[in-house]
Amino acid sequence: MSLRIFIPGDAGAVAVGADEVAAAFATVARERGVVLDIIRNGSRGLYWLEPMVEVETPAGRIAYGPTAPGDAPSLLDAVLGSGQHRLRQGRAEDIPWLKRQTRLTFARCGIADPRSLADYQRQGGGKGLERALLLGPPATIETVVQSGLRGRGGAGFPTGIKWRTVAQTSAPRKYVVCNADEGDSGTFADRMIMEGDPFVLIEGMAIAAFAVGATKGYIYIRSEYPHAVAAMNAACAAARRGGLLGRGIGGSSHDFDIEVRVGAGAYVCGEETSLLESLEGRRGVVRAKPPLPAHHGLFGKPTVINNVLSFASVPIILEQGAAFYWGFGAGKSRGTMPIQLAGNVKYGGLFETAFGITLGELVDDIGGGTFTGRSVRAVQVGGPLGAYFPRALFDTPFDYESFAARDGLIGHGGLVLFDDTVNMARQARFAMEFCAIESCGKCTPCRIGARRGVETIDRIIGDDNRAAHLDVLQDLCHTMKYGSLCALGGFTPYPVMSALTHFPEDFGAAPKRLQAAE
Amino acid sequence: MSVNEPWNVDRANALIAAHSGAEGPLLPILHAFNDAFGYIDKAAEPLIAAALNISRAEVHGVVTFYHDFRSKPAGRHVLKLCRAEACQAAGGDAIAARAERQLGVAIGRTAADGGVTLEPVYCLGLCATAPAAMLDGRVVGRLDERRLEALLAEAQR
Repeated sequence: MSLRIFIPGDAGAVAVGADEVAAAFATVARERGVVLDIIRNGSRGLYWLEPMVEVETPAGRIAYGPTAPGDAPSLLDAVLGSGQHRLRQGRAEDIPWLKRQTRLTFARCGIADPRSLADYQRQGGGKGLERALLLGPPATIETVVQSGLRGRGGAGFPTGIKWRTVAQTSAPRKYVVCNADEGDSGTFADRMIMEGDPFVLIEGMAIAAFAVGATKGYIYIRSEYPHAVAAMNAACAAARRGGLLGRGIGGSSHDFDIEVRVGAGAYVCGEETSLLESLEGRRGVVRAKPPLPAHHGLFGKPTVINNVLSFASVPIILEQGAAFYWGFGAGKSRGTMPIQLAGNVKYGGLFETAFGITLGELVDDIGGGTFTGRSVRAVQVGGPLGAYFPRALFDTPFDYESFAARDGLIGHGGLVLFDDTVNMARQARFAMEFCAIESCGKCTPCRIGARRGVETIDRIIGDDNRAAHLDVLQDLCHTMKYGSLCALGGFTPYPVMSALTHFPEDFGAAPKRLQAAE
Repeated sequence: MSVNEPWNVDRANALIAAHSGAEGPLLPILHAFNDAFGYIDKAAEPLIAAALNISRAEVHGVVTFYHDFRSKPAGRHVLKLCRAEACQAAGGDAIAARAERQLGVAIGRTAADGGVTLEPVYCLGLCATAPAAMLDGRVVGRLDERRLEALLAEAQR
């Protein structure tokens, strides 16, 4: 019997040497005549331990990390001997950082072999679709509605309601589109699912297609994710061979197939209507709503468009029932959220947990503060369009409503930590600069406002008539927020205004004056 | 290192034919051109327009909208440095400045000898192993001085 070793093929692990570690293991094993079965799994999401090597033993999978290619000989000695090694972390499931999590969407990520449909099914995958086929479309949609699942892309719209709207339309052709244009800095959960458990996304999309009567699906993946593109293409081919896609999915009479499409480097294509334009072969220019994509989506047909995490959360909801999923979380934020800890963070990675944990717990207890060892000054929550939170607001519970109440958003669940060397006026300037670079150009507040925003912040930084320009900036943010067609122009004021409100000293403004202006 | 074919009309027409059966074939066709030739030749636009029965202006509009589609070939190596927030928080500004200085190329430009193109990228999804970069499609994370040196040496080869 060969020895099974897991070395992640996840891009985040590959970026810190996982391919070299896998090659070193193969070489050392060959030299010693040891038969190794090296499986390139997804990442468990403990990135400070990557490349994290796991070895299958009778006592479970023992983790070692962070490894380097030079560790391969001593690790192989350890594995074949006592198991003791300076990089040993114990059983992967027992690592406290992982143990504290509630992994529903990420239940198999980092565990299963992402290239094997058989392994997916062995690990419990496929039961959601089975259940949906038994329930029938209306009860499937009702289950998703009752679960409380909301769009994990950032907007937080109830997924089941979207599906119901599409199901109620009658059209010769309907589509299911997966938004995998994960452009927010600080987020990588979609990428991890696609690379680590691609079949769960396929299963989620297949359930959606069955529920609304769609026959064709697209996964629109950003071009910055070549590993995810390769993994999804391979998984779709395997799913076709295994009957999960194609004619009669899962043994039913419903046909559904998925095609992977690659973006071309436009952040705005993460906005759903812009993404649909791009899929149709046009400039990624935002559409005015209504009509909603549910009525008039891809090629003018009724379309379910959801984020990767929304689709990937559906199989477990169907398998375990709506009440099970609804039982996690609080208020109107039900279930779990895969939160991503990033930037200047000591323990960065993916932390899936029920809604309601506070920002402070995430930053200090779980993230462990900064890797530079300096104090955390600001945390940007929800990507480039999310607000910067100061320590004074670390008691904010992580859920949609609590963040909105404090002029922020949870977005796609990314947290970017900054230490005390950050200049918040520069960060505000970058928010405007990014909006100017990525604006689709359709509406004026975004296209022109972002450019004026950069210029205005430059004048504030340069102390050119500062007080007047601070007023202009606030006025401009107001116009962008309420006058833009989509979230790019509409939400850019969040990072800008939060930086100005919570860190006025970086803008050369007296804190009191700004507070009085509120 | 990227090895591209020289622009060739017959090859271009074959690539168009390979994708024109798809729904919304324009982006797949442009990606195929970018991959094969390393850029979208001016002569490609009328070919695509005729094949898809759309105007040249529409094709040109799409080519120029997306950051990925190049109007001329890149350098022998393409080094993309992530300039987004998570990498900024992890020291990405210093990494970018050092890369510019050492390569003698500003971000967004190609070296005069055609050796390397230095580009900004807004997130590679490697935010927990920041700062991150991509050299000719290969991802690199936790960039520090030592790793950057190795990367720049490779980019200058």
